Amino acid sequence: MRSTIFKRLAIVSFLLLTIVTSCKKDLTPAYDLTSVKVYADFANYKDVLAKLYAVYALSGQQGPAGKPDIAGIDEGFSNYLREYYNMQELTTDEAIIAWNDGTIHDLHNMNWNADNEFIRAMYDRIYYQISLCNEFIRQTTDSKLASNHITGNNLVLAKQYRAEARFLRAMSYWHAIDLYGNVPFVTETDPIGAFFPPQKPRATVFAYIESELKAIDGDLVAARQNEYGRADQAAEWMLLAKLYLNAQVYTGTDRSTDAITYCNKIITAGYTLEPHYANLFLADNNNSKEIIFPITFDGIHTQGYGGMTYLVHAPVGGAENPASFGINGGWSGIRTTKSFVSLFSDISGSSDKRALFFTTGQNLDINDPYAFTDGYLIAKYKNVTSLGAAGSDPTGNFPDTDFPMFRLADVYLMYAEAVLRGGSGGDLVTALSYVNLVRTRAYDGSLTGNITPTQLTLPFILDERGRELQWEMHRRTDLIRFGQFTDGSYVWPWKGNVKAGTTVANFRNVMPIPNTDLANNPNLKQNTGY
Amino acid sequence: MRIFYLKKYLLLSALLLIPYLVFAQTGSITGKVTDENKMPIPGATVTVVGSSLSTATGNNGEYTITGVKPGKYTVEAKFIGYITTQSIVMVSSGNVPVNFNLKPDSKGLNEVVVIGYGTARKKDLTGSVTTITSKDFNQGPITTPEQLIQGKVAGVQITSNGGAPGSGSTIRIRGGASLNASNDPLIVIDGVPVSNNTIAGASNPLSSINPDDIESETILKDASATAIFGSRASNGVIIITTKKGKSAALQVTFNSLNSLSNVTKEVPVLTADQFRTLVKADAATTGSSTQSTLLGNANTDWQKQIYRNAWASDNDISFSGGIKGLPYRLSLGYLDQDGVLKTSNLKRTSVALNLNKDLLNNSLKIDLNLKGTYSQSRFADQGAIGSAVNFDPTQPVYSGNSNYGGFYEWVSGGAPNTLAPRNPLGLLEEKWDLGAVKRSIGNIQFNYIFPFLKDLKANVNFGYDASHGQGSTSIPATAASAFASKGSYDRYSQDNLNYVSDYYLNYVKDIKSIDSHIDLTAGYSYQYFQNSAPEQDFFAADQVTSLNKQVVAYKNYYYIESTFARLNYTLADKYLLTATVRRDGSSRFSPENRFGVFPSVSLAWRINRESFLKDSKVISDLKLRASYGKTGQQDIDRNYFPYLARYTFGDNGSQYQFGNSFTTTLRPEGYDPNIKWETTTTSNIGLDYGFLNGRITGTIDYYSKKTKDLLADIPVADGSGLTNHLFTNVGNMESKGAEFAVNVVAMSTKDVKWKIGYNVTYNEITLTNLSKTGKNSTVPIGVGGIPGGVGNTIQAYLVGATPNAFLVNKQVYDANGKPLEGVYVDINHNGVSDAGVADRYIYKQPNPKFFMGFNSSVDYKKWTLGFSMRANLGNYIYNAFAASTGATAGFKFPNYLGNLSSSVLNTNFKTYQLYSDYYVENGSFLRMDNANLSYNFGKILKGKARLRVTGNVSNVFVITKYTGLDPEVQGGIDNNFYPRPRVFAFGLNLGF
Repeated sequence: MRSTIFKRLAIVSFLLLTIVTSCKKDLTPAYDLTSVKVYADFANYKDVLAKLYAVYALSGQQGPAGKPDIAGIDEGFSNYLREYYNMQELTTDEAIIAWNDGTIHDLHNMNWNADNEFIRAMYDRIYYQISLCNEFIRQTTDSKLASNHITGNNLVLAKQYRAEARFLRAMSYWHAIDLYGNVPFVTETDPIGAFFPPQKPRATVFAYIESELKAIDGDLVAARQNEYGRADQAAEWMLLAKLYLNAQVYTGTDRSTDAITYCNKIITAGYTLEPHYANLFLADNNNSKEIIFPITFDGIHTQGYGGMTYLVHAPVGGAENPASFGINGGWSGIRTTKSFVSLFSDISGSSDKRALFFTTGQNLDINDPYAFTDGYLIAKYKNVTSLGAAGSDPTGNFPDTDFPMFRLADVYLMYAEAVLRGGSGGDLVTALSYVNLVRTRAYDGSLTGNITPTQLTLPFILDERGRELQWEMHRRTDLIRFGQFTDGSYVWPWKGNVKAGTTVANFRNVMPIPNTDLANNPNLKQNTGY
Repeated sequence: MRIFYLKKYLLLSALLLIPYLVFAQTGSITGKVTDENKMPIPGATVTVVGSSLSTATGNNGEYTITGVKPGKYTVEAKFIGYITTQSIVMVSSGNVPVNFNLKPDSKGLNEVVVIGYGTARKKDLTGSVTTITSKDFNQGPITTPEQLIQGKVAGVQITSNGGAPGSGSTIRIRGGASLNASNDPLIVIDGVPVSNNTIAGASNPLSSINPDDIESETILKDASATAIFGSRASNGVIIITTKKGKSAALQVTFNSLNSLSNVTKEVPVLTADQFRTLVKADAATTGSSTQSTLLGNANTDWQKQIYRNAWASDNDISFSGGIKGLPYRLSLGYLDQDGVLKTSNLKRTSVALNLNKDLLNNSLKIDLNLKGTYSQSRFADQGAIGSAVNFDPTQPVYSGNSNYGGFYEWVSGGAPNTLAPRNPLGLLEEKWDLGAVKRSIGNIQFNYIFPFLKDLKANVNFGYDASHGQGSTSIPATAASAFASKGSYDRYSQDNLNYVSDYYLNYVKDIKSIDSHIDLTAGYSYQYFQNSAPEQDFFAADQVTSLNKQVVAYKNYYYIESTFARLNYTLADKYLLTATVRRDGSSRFSPENRFGVFPSVSLAWRINRESFLKDSKVISDLKLRASYGKTGQQDIDRNYFPYLARYTFGDNGSQYQFGNSFTTTLRPEGYDPNIKWETTTTSNIGLDYGFLNGRITGTIDYYSKKTKDLLADIPVADGSGLTNHLFTNVGNMESKGAEFAVNVVAMSTKDVKWKIGYNVTYNEITLTNLSKTGKNSTVPIGVGGIPGGVGNTIQAYLVGATPNAFLVNKQVYDANGKPLEGVYVDINHNGVSDAGVADRYIYKQPNPKFFMGFNSSVDYKKWTLGFSMRANLGNYIYNAFAASTGATAGFKFPNYLGNLSSSVLNTNFKTYQLYSDYYVENGSFLRMDNANLSYNFGKILKGKARLRVTGNVSNVFVITKYTGLDPEVQGGIDNNFYPRPRVFAFGLNLGF
């Protein structure tokens, strides 16, 4: 008896010993893939590419939240598009926010500093995207593709993906120099880990973006020929046109002629204006022939608290009915200022359909920036289709509406502006016709809104861009290009933290480099004024 | 066993003698009790065994017992710190002299203490080690093991995470040594290091251990004691040993404790009338009746609505004894506990089996421990606590209609207003959040004495800790909280598996020739940890329709492989040396950085053994200790391969549209190929003392801990890696502190025994470096999220300050001491006195500067009266609820009203002043954790059973200046805290 027990125990211990030793190996992740495995299988390439696009739309790897891409800020806030909106719109006449989140009011008050967490979140997001693109480009060089045995049609696709990654990186570098001026510069040739990216002048990075975009032109799919959601040549041309239009600001050299060149390429590519302005911002706007490059969203598959979830929910509240926006409730945050409202001669929306104001229960004047009822609402982005049906998410949280990052009407207005700025390759007659195409569509097909040649001036373009592209994240860049963002004559309520609005010092035309990065990267120098 | 028979025999003889004695005359016994130096012992107890005759010695050590009937008696003399001595006397009439010469009892010092990989005699210890055994455990309705020693040990701070049933505690030994890596101590139960990982379905990993099965808890604090555990030991070690069987006749013990809990304090909010007055006054001032028209006519105390008196019953039965020389102990326990927050409940069934077997002529010893628990919980929606303080008190509980389950809700556009708080009672009653956890911990240990070399032992230990948690959350379609989705249902499950195997040799030798004692241990250990969960689905309320939303499956694992050695050397029973070394390899680090070596050395001098103190009457023990050593840390939460370039897949809610289909995303993760061990160097100097033959004992310790290569999650240079925050080795942290503990037997007579324990700890932590560039930022890293706006933080990591110190604006007050709204000291002298970030300063910290424990227990005859108290001094707390609701802006949300903190009556704030240091309050407190009274009936039912009954009150009172609910909140941010109830308990303990 005794010896059998002992024997059994000896057997058990021997088995345990075997288990123990068999587990003693170099562990590798169970469900995650190591980068070697990822790039050995071509099926993964598109998934990595999808992540690069999703960086603009989402906040992490779990919808709507749970596995954030970046830290240091609330995950919902950390979304690229949400912060891009905050930078480009909350700082302007177009938008003001009621919430009490950290230093968010400093954006509209134009008294931000280098500790502002939203300015930091934008910066971190831009460099997150640049790092991810670098990694994909690094892993898909011709030699890497060869060593991973990517051949035939896969090789063709891989080169397209790589070109798109370079496009996305160029777009984020554009955001970087537009917002922050002289910025850290890092490419696929740099290592990962303990190194400090050097800071490059704005003009140097400008030249890099330009060269990158020109270099990928041959690898990108022709305009309007790629899968929906993916960048094609027209997206690349649009980004070049935007760079050139703002070149005076970035480099001190006017490049209006180059802007016209690329506007022309897009215009001849076959895009057409959406017949009804409002439909551009609805749940089925993926059908639009006007949108050149969208950031896509879906109520079921692409869920997050940034991006369109923010743009649809945050401006809804007061007497508005959330159901008419296809959502379960508003977030009572964003309104607009009296200055922006005054860009419209008729705010009712019956003539110019772009006057999407909601005024019931709202005061035109903003006495209290924290009071949602102060300031008119703009009912622009909605999670309902053009036929009035609610989006796909049954809970009413996450919209299907895509964000029109680049669209044709913007190209028309850019063309006209570049011509007015003296660029060659275009003419005023064509410019007027393009502007009136935009205005005719705004007036729902009526020519009553058309302008005369004498009305076509640069100040008109700035206002028209405000009306046409309101809340589409162009406003700050436009105001800077027209000299009106900081110390120009144009002021709006609460600009400079004063109710009536006041000018601010022009160093605020660029944002500060966040203090967190200054502390972690000894190569960086703060922008003047901060 | 022998003693047992002896007693029986004596009892029998005494009974047999009675008939002869009844009619005889009485005599007396007198004598003197002396110590080993022939000096008198005053206060010693002298008893005639088997009778009620007893007395105590006087100052000269003399005693007299009168009224002794003639006969043969056993008389015994007892004194604390000495061996109880008996003498047999024949009493006829007249006086019989009996003198006692008591020998010191070195048992206290020969007591064996469980340390890592073996045991040690207490007198041989050179490190800072404290053992609390079951007889000294905290009393009362305790459901988790760590609460048994709360307040008992200097340097150990145990803060319960609230009053929810089975709720865990945060344990900090000497304040913790890490920043973002785990600060939890290593907990070893019967040789099995348990995982700190929580398991889905239970609120606390330790709650699956029945406290009734625990025999002792040993706390290792300094590096000398902990370094043998190498990694995982930087934050101290708690070794839990469970009760074992004894080779004796069957003993059955039954414990039952029934208790009633209630909430004694509510968060101070405005009453319905105060709220109405304030809203109406505001309407009159502003001329806007938008909000005042929302007021209702009810008077609802929402906090009263969500809490209840809660019953709990905890019953255990244990059997111990020996079958054919096989000692065993089997225990069964059942706990059924309601929480004070309505709907919360925990049911726990536990079983523990312990077997010890000697084989091969006692040269092979086998110990087997098996523990199993099954716990079922219904978790209350703790969001109701926040809702209850925030919900408009002028609204009724029920709306009178059938919408949303009949509960009153704020409605907007025909649906519940998504921004408004939900009805607190509705949140509770319309949610079934059920969890069930099975857990088993066990080990088998073989101890083999080599027959050819009796001094050498081999020890093999296999242990495992496996748990499976599962649960479901269902919300009916009627619930307002899930109105848009028309209810919801989700299921989850999770598995944890850890196992350990240790192999070590132990050689013990007394070398008489050089008056030395050597104890040498060397071995190998392998520990494996794994947690995993399958894909998780979400469903509509019908529990069938998938919402096409999943949480992706995961499986995480790591191992630690170690070799270790320890030498204990004692010279002349006076000079002691302990040296340990451990080499650990963690799979968390790359092969190049995998191994860390953690050595320690300590010396001790038993001064009382020196000739000049040997004969001291006053000093019975005096040991000076000094130690120095290194320990490691690799436990970074949720990060199992931080050195590897990894890609992770997104779930199906984070896909991206290409064409008409949705593509799953694949994300490269941030990593640091060079990540390595964090190391903490601890120096400790201490003194163990004992006076008056152990009537006064205690320790004094001073320690200093320096952590380098802190594993911290910090911002990295943008663009340099694949994320903006990375777990990497950066920075240094220092802590220092002092501990003092004393245990006193204040009184020891025949009828009265009074024991007092007191301990106090001072601890201070400073972050000394947090930068890779060496250029430390003056910009704090914000931590400690607060309500009142998303992404707001109130605490900071800043070099030169304590981690998690508060970073706030300095409030300016008017002449009457009233805070001026929005006016703050212009710290950075930029001429603006507002609530700017740049004007924030470091103000106080959540950790106490001093914390102490005080307990007392008095035995008077068969009664025992005890209490235990704790105090924290210098701990500050951010009253987040007051800050985020203490302004009239709080009732100005569109289409609903929210109640305010009563603090608004003092401040009259109109807008939130979240960063005002006004809300950082002194949280120092004195709490009586427990008061208990018990009566020991002794033998009942003709000696067949023993009975003891106890009455208990827990959380008796708290004395504090803090204006919120409870000043003891881990982390120092008070928001939606599940109140700790006061508990009245009645217990009985029955033995057979």
